[in-house]
Amino acid sequence: MQKFSALSLARQAIGGHLGWKPQWRSVAPKPAYDIVIVGGGGHGLGTAYYLARQHGLRNIAVIERGWLAGGNTARNTTIIRSNYLFDESSSYYEHSLKLWENLSQELNYNVMFSQRGCLMVAHTVHDVQSFKRHVHANRLNGIDNEWLTAEEAKEFCPPLNISPNIRYPVLGASLQRRAGTARHDAVAWGFARAASDLGVDIIENCEVTGIMRAPTGEVTGINTTRGDIRTGKIGVSVAGHSSVVLGMAGIRLPLQSNPLQALVSEPVKPAFPTIVMSNTIHAYISQSDKGEMVIGAGTDSYVSYTQRGGLHIPAHTLEAICELFPMFRRLRMLRSWGGITDNTPDRSPITAKTSIPGLYVNCGWGTGGFKATPGAANLFAWTIARNEPHPINAPFTIERFRDGVMIDEAAAAAVAH
Amino acid sequence: MLLIRCPYCGDRAEIEYANAGEAHIVRPADPMAVSDEEWAQYLYMRDNPKGLIAERWRHSHGCGRFFNAIRDTRTDRFVMTYEMGQPRPTIDSEAAAEAAR
Repeated sequence: MQKFSALSLARQAIGGHLGWKPQWRSVAPKPAYDIVIVGGGGHGLGTAYYLARQHGLRNIAVIERGWLAGGNTARNTTIIRSNYLFDESSSYYEHSLKLWENLSQELNYNVMFSQRGCLMVAHTVHDVQSFKRHVHANRLNGIDNEWLTAEEAKEFCPPLNISPNIRYPVLGASLQRRAGTARHDAVAWGFARAASDLGVDIIENCEVTGIMRAPTGEVTGINTTRGDIRTGKIGVSVAGHSSVVLGMAGIRLPLQSNPLQALVSEPVKPAFPTIVMSNTIHAYISQSDKGEMVIGAGTDSYVSYTQRGGLHIPAHTLEAICELFPMFRRLRMLRSWGGITDNTPDRSPITAKTSIPGLYVNCGWGTGGFKATPGAANLFAWTIARNEPHPINAPFTIERFRDGVMIDEAAAAAVAH
Repeated sequence: MLLIRCPYCGDRAEIEYANAGEAHIVRPADPMAVSDEEWAQYLYMRDNPKGLIAERWRHSHGCGRFFNAIRDTRTDRFVMTYEMGQPRPTIDSEAAAEAAR
């Protein structure tokens, strides 16, 4: 692997930048691997990386139906935070946030993690009570989160409209200063590069068509569009298509796949210092390093695998954005798109073993999986390598729906998040 | 935005409707008699199909009535809508191919 440093950049600059090599090896699938990870997004690539780096396993393949990180990794609004209410969730997301803080150094790849803070705006008395509860719960867990008055929120984010005359006036906000954004592609590419360097085979344009099982039940391999691959362990990390892939092994999941839309504006000069989220009137906004306002809209209500949704969903979000940030009213929108999110009834993920020996699943991240990329990958790798969950992801099983042990972030946030 | 045919009111825009999830999920007649596993299957586990889905819609800003629809989740094209209480219709391959187009 070519290491990135000031020296290597200078050396390549002198050479006219003709000396750069591909960041990861392009390989054809071998007939057998110890572990196959299905899904070449951030979560899948990260899982392969941690399996190789932390668990010393080498004979691993990541197979991806399309191209690397072309699914939800490329389709989210890159918000990273850990201010979730319940102990189980906040420790999972905080585990991830801590990995984010050192990820660029660990991967020797600039993932452009920018801890610009995340302001969650309260518009109703219920919001105020709920967010203050989040602040207290987080602080008891050693996670930074603080309550700001409307005036303090405006000081932190000057474009915010705190006029009492808007339809849902800003009553205050919670602020997690360690929250931030990262460059989505870089995360996947950084993991791919580091995993490939450790011997992981990354195979693109290779769709899973079936899961092979022994008569005794355990998995023995997968059928793909590029031939059969024998393996004793399969880690499925395919977000919106989790029901489809696990359906091949006869497993039903508590998931519903919905389109989630996002959009970006034309690029403008730096005008927005932080991330602002409003759950109540449903708007998420931050500014990318390119200058675009990155705006997250809501989910469409129906099951769909189309990666698009109705225009009324982003239109609703833009109405909220224009009310909260009147200076953006003349901003033109450049692109919009959808991703397929896999939503669980309690809006918490599943990172667990399945009922089939050798088959593992990391899914249910719904509308908030990007922030969890390194954390989920790290704990999913642990679960696969040791055939048992890490204490942090132990509560995030499929069986919690049978046993009634929900981690109900849906009720805690009252909206998709 | 989807154009959805209410069996009672005709074609209306999606914003008049509320989606109510997968159709033909039958509540166990005696919840106390089923296992936790069966109860979880009824409450939470879903087919979530990539292809034809039978789903419930409610014309909440119209007649207010529930009805069922068959739609292809790869294209969001509807095959048909039908009244509550009817069994899931069998879709011929021609109509299914049209919806998948």
